[in-house]
Amino acid sequence: MTKRLLLLALLMLGASPAWAEHPAECRVAENLAETSFRLPRVTRALAVKRLTVLVVGAGSSQLPGSGGGANAYPARLQQVLAQQLPGVDVKVTTDVKAKRTATEMVKTLPALLNAAKPALLVWQTGTVDAMLSVDPDQFSQALDNGINAAHSAGADVVLINAQYSPRTESMIALGTYAEDMRWVALQHEVPLFDRFSIMRLWSDLGTFDLYSATKKLDIAERVHDCIGRLLADFVIAAAKPEEPPVNGSR
Amino acid sequence: MAPVSTERDLRLDLFRGIALWLIFLDHIPSNAVSWITIRNYGFSDATEIFVFISGYTAAFVYGRAMQQHGFIVSSARVLKRAWQIYVAHVFLLAIYLAEIAYVSNSFDNPLYTEEMGVLDFLKNPDVTILQALLLKFKPVNMDILPLYILLLAWFPPMLWLLLRAPSTALLSSASLYALMWLFDWNLPAYPNGTWAFNPFAWQLLFVFGAWCALGGAQNLSRWIHSKAVVGLAFAYLLFAFSITMTWYFPRLAGFVPKFVGDAIYPIDKTNLDVLRIMHFLALAVITVAFVPRDWPALKSWIFWPAIVCGQHSLETFCMGVFLSFAAHFVFTEVSNRVLTQVVVSFLGIAIMVAIAALISWYRQAERRGGGPRPPAARPGYAGGDL
Repeated sequence: MTKRLLLLALLMLGASPAWAEHPAECRVAENLAETSFRLPRVTRALAVKRLTVLVVGAGSSQLPGSGGGANAYPARLQQVLAQQLPGVDVKVTTDVKAKRTATEMVKTLPALLNAAKPALLVWQTGTVDAMLSVDPDQFSQALDNGINAAHSAGADVVLINAQYSPRTESMIALGTYAEDMRWVALQHEVPLFDRFSIMRLWSDLGTFDLYSATKKLDIAERVHDCIGRLLADFVIAAAKPEEPPVNGSR
Repeated sequence: MAPVSTERDLRLDLFRGIALWLIFLDHIPSNAVSWITIRNYGFSDATEIFVFISGYTAAFVYGRAMQQHGFIVSSARVLKRAWQIYVAHVFLLAIYLAEIAYVSNSFDNPLYTEEMGVLDFLKNPDVTILQALLLKFKPVNMDILPLYILLLAWFPPMLWLLLRAPSTALLSSASLYALMWLFDWNLPAYPNGTWAFNPFAWQLLFVFGAWCALGGAQNLSRWIHSKAVVGLAFAYLLFAFSITMTWYFPRLAGFVPKFVGDAIYPIDKTNLDVLRIMHFLALAVITVAFVPRDWPALKSWIFWPAIVCGQHSLETFCMGVFLSFAAHFVFTEVSNRVLTQVVVSFLGIAIMVAIAALISWYRQAERRGGGPRPPAARPGYAGGDL
């Protein structure tokens, strides 16, 4: 009996520790939030118990309204990271402004990296470039430049792609830009947080109704909450120091 | 060089019909059924098939017209066809604008404040509509017809050259493709960027199709049927399939060696990447190897729905674009459950088949009824419509 309990406890430990605490609606998509690439600079930052994250994004990294800042995913990310990483001094700074293309974000990036000295850059982009049909080459180039700038400033990078937006899907051609992001991420061996697929799964399964026309913020806030949580798990998992698995616990 | 055969090659109609169905399925946003389409299992997609076969039939039909009636008359016919496609494009555009205007009036969601900015162009419709008529403003998924219009408008001199010096013609088309890569040529689009299907690139596939129709395919047939080529084609398709799978399963991405990734990415659709051409060629080689021209099943009822769509491709294509708007409308307004998506997808294909069958029946009835037009002047008969 004791043995069995012990085994159960071990199994639960083996699963990601964050796992049990997230609302079920977030966990629906957790299989999509994984990567085979590592974040070595974050690993080192965790070793010295101090993690600074810089979130750079456009309009889909914020929520409207007075409480918008506190409920958008960057703020949620900070909270969940702090919870999951006890003893680590977690700081998340943001540079979020609507209607910015990747190229525009890259322009201010060096100064931001210099000021914040983050171990991790979380970079959300792609939507505005697709809406303006920016030259895809220029978009890839901007991604390259941004990733290089972050790496040379000592920061790892996580890319976040566009939101899944069913109503405007027939009007914004995300395809090329989503693919470019995936390819640039692969080339630089940078983890890509696939927000699009995650939100699409939520929509397909009916977890969140992303079709509804509403002025209310409740669903938007829950979506951002889940994104923040999954993103935190994603970062922590990719920053785990690589070691041989403990026998039998997984 | 002359068109090699007068008998209709049903394989062309069949695969163009299938390509039209796949384009329809791919054009419905977030359609679960689009998982079956070929773009998910390799580098190329239905667009390559459509452009290649369109080039093939254009050469077949207008090549004969050019030999019988001369350059001027046949050129006029090609341009008339381009004009028809232009009118069809503008018609689809009107439907699109209606849809977008509806969405902008009925949709509001704090999650999507950024995305709603895409409707800003409605604020100055004068400029937008003018740019659309100039083929510079092209909404999502409405890029193929403008490409087709341009390819046809430029086809008469190319056809003239193809009939006289086919190798020179193909070579000049390939050179244009190479120059495009070298100098980044493309046409400007409105409000930003360039054409999503670069005509300087995609013309290669169109001309290659035309070249095949005018005897090139026969010259190549010894190669196409050799075991080594078929084997290579299989190997390449397998390679493309494995690479594609790493896009959907991020865990597999680690298995792609870095030098492979560096060599192949990005796979450029706008400029018709060489990897995409090779993928299309591999598919074509395997199709030709395993589906003989006189395969009896081509005349059976199983393939009739696809064949009849392929024979009336402009109408079917336009219907497909319209139906994909309608399907998206159903998903947003009624239901987006997977079952709905499946039903809507198959219903859409059924409507496309019904319309194509109706047109086919009407043409035959018209012909039998002995309309005012002398039947010999019909260019569309031998190779099907464009």
